[in-house]
Amino acid sequence: MDWSKHKIFETNSIILLVGILIVVSIGGIVEIAPLFWLSSTIEKVQGMRPYSPLELTGRNIYVREGCYLCHSQMIRSLRDEVERYGHYSLAAESMYDRPFQWGSKRTGPDLARVGGKYSDEWHTLHLKNPRTVVPESVMPGYSFLAERRVDATYIADDLTALQAIGDPYTDEMVAQAGADLKAQVDPDSDGAEALLERYPKAQVRQFDGNPEFISEMDALIAYLQMLGTLVDFTTFDASGPNLR
Amino acid sequence: MNTKKIAWNAFSDVLAFAGSLVGLVVGLIFAIGGRDDVIMFHGWVFAAASAAAALYLFVRMIEGDGEPDETGYFDAPIRFATIATLFWGVIGFLVGDIIAWQLAFPVLNLDLPWTNFGRLRPVHTSAVVFAFGGNALIATSLYVVQRTCRARMAGRWSPWFLVWGYQLFIVLAASGYVLGVTQSKEYAEPEWYVDIWLTIIWVVYLLIFLGTMARRKEPHIYVANWFFLAFIVTVAMLHIINNAAIPVSFLGSKSYSLYTGVQDAMTQWWYGHNAVGFFLTAGFLGMMYYFVPKRAERPVYSYRLSIVHFWSLIFLYIWAGPHHLYYTALPDWAQTLGMTFSIMLWMPSWGGMINGLMTLSGAWDKLRTDPVIRMLVVSVAFYGMSTFEGPLMAVKAVNSLSHYTDWTIGHVHSGALGWVGFVSFGAIYCLVPWLWGRKGLYSLRLVEWHFWVSTLGILLYITAMWVSGILQGLMWRAYDSLGFLEYSFVESVEAMHPFYIIRATGGLLFVIGSLLMVWNVWRTIRGDASLDMEDQPRIAAAPELRELPAMTRPVPAE
Repeated sequence: MDWSKHKIFETNSIILLVGILIVVSIGGIVEIAPLFWLSSTIEKVQGMRPYSPLELTGRNIYVREGCYLCHSQMIRSLRDEVERYGHYSLAAESMYDRPFQWGSKRTGPDLARVGGKYSDEWHTLHLKNPRTVVPESVMPGYSFLAERRVDATYIADDLTALQAIGDPYTDEMVAQAGADLKAQVDPDSDGAEALLERYPKAQVRQFDGNPEFISEMDALIAYLQMLGTLVDFTTFDASGPNLR
Repeated sequence: MNTKKIAWNAFSDVLAFAGSLVGLVVGLIFAIGGRDDVIMFHGWVFAAASAAAALYLFVRMIEGDGEPDETGYFDAPIRFATIATLFWGVIGFLVGDIIAWQLAFPVLNLDLPWTNFGRLRPVHTSAVVFAFGGNALIATSLYVVQRTCRARMAGRWSPWFLVWGYQLFIVLAASGYVLGVTQSKEYAEPEWYVDIWLTIIWVVYLLIFLGTMARRKEPHIYVANWFFLAFIVTVAMLHIINNAAIPVSFLGSKSYSLYTGVQDAMTQWWYGHNAVGFFLTAGFLGMMYYFVPKRAERPVYSYRLSIVHFWSLIFLYIWAGPHHLYYTALPDWAQTLGMTFSIMLWMPSWGGMINGLMTLSGAWDKLRTDPVIRMLVVSVAFYGMSTFEGPLMAVKAVNSLSHYTDWTIGHVHSGALGWVGFVSFGAIYCLVPWLWGRKGLYSLRLVEWHFWVSTLGILLYITAMWVSGILQGLMWRAYDSLGFLEYSFVESVEAMHPFYIIRATGGLLFVIGSLLMVWNVWRTIRGDASLDMEDQPRIAAAPELRELPAMTRPVPAE
């Protein structure tokens, strides 16, 4: 082998730079780019919809507090995980997640299907002080969430931004964002029905037990209670045309 | 000084001043018009920093700088970055240890928004990776590129912009996390406006580096600079693509990623793994390729090996991201590619380790007498160990056990504390006397203490995490004789408690070691008389104070 050929890189910084750029680009082009056009990447399933304004607010609180650092939202296709947490997670189930919340560490359990597993009251107690309901827990307490009001001023802007980058929010959803946010904690209101039409399976009720105002606790529990509940697994056929 | 040079300096002064004013205006726009408290606060910080820069430049322009010495190496910004490395290092290690104790004793979270684990953990990771590691890389790369090119660093104000701007980036990022502003992409948590600021700084960094190489009087570009250049350009590519997001408002801190779910996960771990591959590996290999041969006073073991392992390392690393996503909703073909390339990555990694270790050929005795070279060599050994462990954990069957557990945390820390930490400490112990014109370090004995205290800390850390991680993985998948899962999740949490205490103790030792270093470096910079100058190798002294090489062994008879 003629090692002197390498001299061209060693004596010319721009050629070295271009060489590096070419070499480090290949992996990403092959591994990432096809995910955007191969239609088999995301299964076709029934039930997925974008987040309701209150769920989205709760999700943003989940992100803000760094919950993803200890809780995954990705059930792997392994026997013990499926038995512990439920059906393995589908790509479709995070198709409206910006950013994804699959996580990388389980200091606490997976939350991909936590929706409906515990009562709202349990969540409220647990978030305020986890050790009241799980004595061995090492989770921090989040009692401050119950005292903070959800700021709905800009929620329509969030939906507008998401709509602009491709999430299927309709103009009506954007226009009603503020009203929908309020309606989700007020099951007797007129808006509740309209909300459910726009966001099927949304859970409409008082979440934190404090009807005075819509707290961050309400929003976070609304988000937790819908996690993993959208896809109807009775109609999902893993061995069908969805097979990757 | 000729007139062209004077005109050029005046031009760069005016440009820098104008840039500061632009920064001031941008900061004030956010400070006054911002839609949330955090972006307003960040606007004030940005405006204050810009105003300070503008004021300083204004005074300099009025007073003039007489006849500046622009002939030698340009080391003042490097001295600054070296001190910043130590400053952020101690903070990053300390926050890491605090959150380690929080996992052992949750009451330490205090249940306040800004002290909870979830907000402090990104402070720890960003402080150690970007603040400690980043400043170490900026300091060493700019030192090394000048020496190996025999050229003065390019730029008059741009190196100062780089080092101060980078600290501002760190302050904006870390204060954002504590106040609840994060993108939640691991190691890429800063929000869109902080990302834009880092992009500007990074482009300036690249230009300074390339500009210095363009001035070189040495025909060949030394191998350390290949690695530094690969680190700088690849990190730019990763940063820009992974952070693509749409802000909800240009006056608000919140943004949404342009990618969703599975594509976002793949892009993030392509970024995340290569933050390890290029920030924490390629950059620090550049450090190794200068400081190991320099301190050992031996040439690099193999030139050919450095060529082969450089190109194969940077080519293969990029593919390894999917090993963070086995058995997930990522398509199988991508998982298989990730595993294949992760295993292949073992070879170039060990190529680098062999090249570093074998450079000690004929100088192994120095391990006994010089704790600085011992630190450098042990860092390479840790590099070898964690780059073997990495491909092992990237085997899908192994990963099914290790993923989501503390084993990953242990693996990261054997690389981060053992490799990145020790190679940086070794480089700083070399750099400080060289940069401040001292005959040696204040105390070589203290380096010895630092070495042993930290090594003990690392060993406690990684062994605790091996045991807890594997235990966790086994408990999660254990079945009883009736075919039911044997343990509830919380039983695995309970089982972690003793190991979390051991880990946090190990971390505490590492923090103590870094404080010994700060004390030693501070006394060296102050110019205090060294306690053990007679024990220090001649290479410990600044180049202008160095004795000629002594014959260490008899010349063999012809």
